[in-house]
Amino acid sequence: MIRRLQDLTIGQKRAIWAWGFLALPVAFYVSIRFYPTVEAFRASFTNWNIVGRMEFIGLANYARLVQDPSFWKVIGNTFAYLGLGVPISMLLSFVIAFFLDRVRVGHGLLRALYFIPHLTTAVAMAWVWRWFYQPPPVGAFNVWLTGLGFGQMPFLRSTTQALPAVLAPAIWAGIGFQIVIFLAGLKAIPRTYYEAAAIDGAGAWRVLFEVTLPLLRPTIVFLVVTSSIAYLRIFDYVYAMTNGQGGPIDATKPLVLKIFETAFTHFEMGYAATQTVILFAILLAISLVQLKLLRSR
Amino acid sequence: MTTKIGKLAFWLVAIPAMALSWTGSARAQVEIEYWQYTFAQRVQAIDELIKRFEAANPGIKVKHTHIPYDDFRVKIAAAIPAGQGPDVVQLFYGWLQDYLKAGLLQPLPASEFSVVEIEREYFPIVQQMKVDGKYYALPTAVRSLALFWNKALFKEAGLNPDRPPATLDELVDYAKKLTKRNANGDLVQAGLTIDMGGQDHHWLREVLIRQFGGAPYSADKKTVTYNSSAGVNATQWYIDLAAKQKVGQIGFLTDGVTAFRSGKAGMTIDGSFRLGALDSQKGLDYGVAELPAHNGIKSNFASYWVNGITTKATGSKRDAAVKFLQFITTPEAMELWMNTVGELPARKSVAEKDANKNHAKYGPFIRGLTYSYATDFVNESAQRKVLIDMVDTVVLKTVPTKDAVAQAAAEEQKLLDAFYKK
Repeated sequence: MIRRLQDLTIGQKRAIWAWGFLALPVAFYVSIRFYPTVEAFRASFTNWNIVGRMEFIGLANYARLVQDPSFWKVIGNTFAYLGLGVPISMLLSFVIAFFLDRVRVGHGLLRALYFIPHLTTAVAMAWVWRWFYQPPPVGAFNVWLTGLGFGQMPFLRSTTQALPAVLAPAIWAGIGFQIVIFLAGLKAIPRTYYEAAAIDGAGAWRVLFEVTLPLLRPTIVFLVVTSSIAYLRIFDYVYAMTNGQGGPIDATKPLVLKIFETAFTHFEMGYAATQTVILFAILLAISLVQLKLLRSR
Repeated sequence: MTTKIGKLAFWLVAIPAMALSWTGSARAQVEIEYWQYTFAQRVQAIDELIKRFEAANPGIKVKHTHIPYDDFRVKIAAAIPAGQGPDVVQLFYGWLQDYLKAGLLQPLPASEFSVVEIEREYFPIVQQMKVDGKYYALPTAVRSLALFWNKALFKEAGLNPDRPPATLDELVDYAKKLTKRNANGDLVQAGLTIDMGGQDHHWLREVLIRQFGGAPYSADKKTVTYNSSAGVNATQWYIDLAAKQKVGQIGFLTDGVTAFRSGKAGMTIDGSFRLGALDSQKGLDYGVAELPAHNGIKSNFASYWVNGITTKATGSKRDAAVKFLQFITTPEAMELWMNTVGELPARKSVAEKDANKNHAKYGPFIRGLTYSYATDFVNESAQRKVLIDMVDTVVLKTVPTKDAVAQAAAEEQKLLDAFYKK
């Protein structure tokens, strides 16, 4: 065996080394990522209910999904999380990063303060916000609202306000990360562009739209794609703030929570796998479209 | 090189395997496995029972495995068809149908578990474990609901701290006196917790609907029957607690348990399993009473975990499993379970001993068992959600109660149909 190794070319030896080192992660990924993914696709065509055998039922789960009103409800909610979460968090984090970039006094401290929510456990934070949303005299938000002379708000006990109320702490935690990435992006823009723009007499808005934002494109692409995926997969905040129900009356239930319920409280693993396949397709499609739109030009 | 690795792998597997079989054969001829979910007091109780069982049956060894609740069903479902896992298993009464369909359980032998004796000895709710004349599982303990009241708040409101409300009318009357609001009219102390996400959905389903003259399901359990004037009136009465009587608020201090534990609610309805948590709350002086009656009707909701013998157990293991199941359903085991876990004995003779029946805290639950119902859930979480949404639909969407009840009944009927037509 040793003699045969010596007969190999340098290139072949390198390849063997590389694959030798890669073997472990590849085996790991194949066994705990790819194999279950393939299994999930297979399960989506069965009526497997955890106990008992998997029975192939063709597209029946997909047909059922299309006719399931609660599926369309959670799809609507999921896109509401996405549609509100991404623009609001992108705008907030950019504005904060833009001005934070110019602050010299206490820059490090401020940056740390914005980043801390990102480090906090989602469940702990969700519970603190749950108490913030309580009616007066317990809930901080309602105490402030009534103190300022406004009426009190039902927040989590409302079918219209509950979804934004659950989204708020998720945005708050998410922007910490986005701000840090934006700051890095802003720092990476060479000063010379700004100097040239100043010499040409460009105003602040013009500099923003024609220098800063175009040069931040890679940063923006990265953040839009990652935050879209995060909001499409929102789960922990909803679970912790609504006792795992996604209520009231499904007003806050995202697709991932429905998948969780279908799989682990109704034990319809096949039907849950079908929903997972749909989620996978949505994530893939949205990511590809965003990459294409934001990268081109 | 390959042979070396092969040898190493062989020994890595062989040594522990030999060690296991050696300890096994040295200490017992038969080893059976018992599985339940992880819950400190339950684990402690079973460990103690196994110790006593092994002392009395030197030829049998019981291996106790406990699994986090969230993985419990999945692991059992995966293990038994593969010929692994438990010989005796604990399961929730509502899962029996699923387990039977999947072929996970074998009937209890009538020679050791006489049907007549079971029906004479156990509370009637246990009869749900009988399918086609055969029993498939038996509980060690059962649980029911009761009214908890805060004695300090009763005193403060000028009520007798030793006299809980006995009827629904008294309940509302007392709750009004216990409710406190600040100058702005905001609730600072609830008279009664209103929390469908807690135990209230059971209270509404099996207690209030019956007390208003209805029944939640037909006798064969396959039809939802609360879409009636009784169902509507019971639901309206429940919703009025917050809307009209103003003795509480849905979501007050996030949930009913928190409100009662923190001394911000005068009364709450909860299960016997809550006693441990409330006893550990410093400064909380509370009493337990039977659920208030209405129209002369008393009712209660009971639930329980049972132990069954799996299809995996055959031959000598099956005989050992039968012995172990007999042992953990003895009166002695039930008393131990009550004192360790806080759940009530499943045998009437044990539960209704004077010491237990008149116990200040267990007593009201035990007395409630005699007139209790165990809902034949086909999907507990989905059926629970139907009732939670029913109340929310009235409260948040201002849909008339009649329509919301009809909608909920139709929704729940779909769940029953889907289950029974399979």
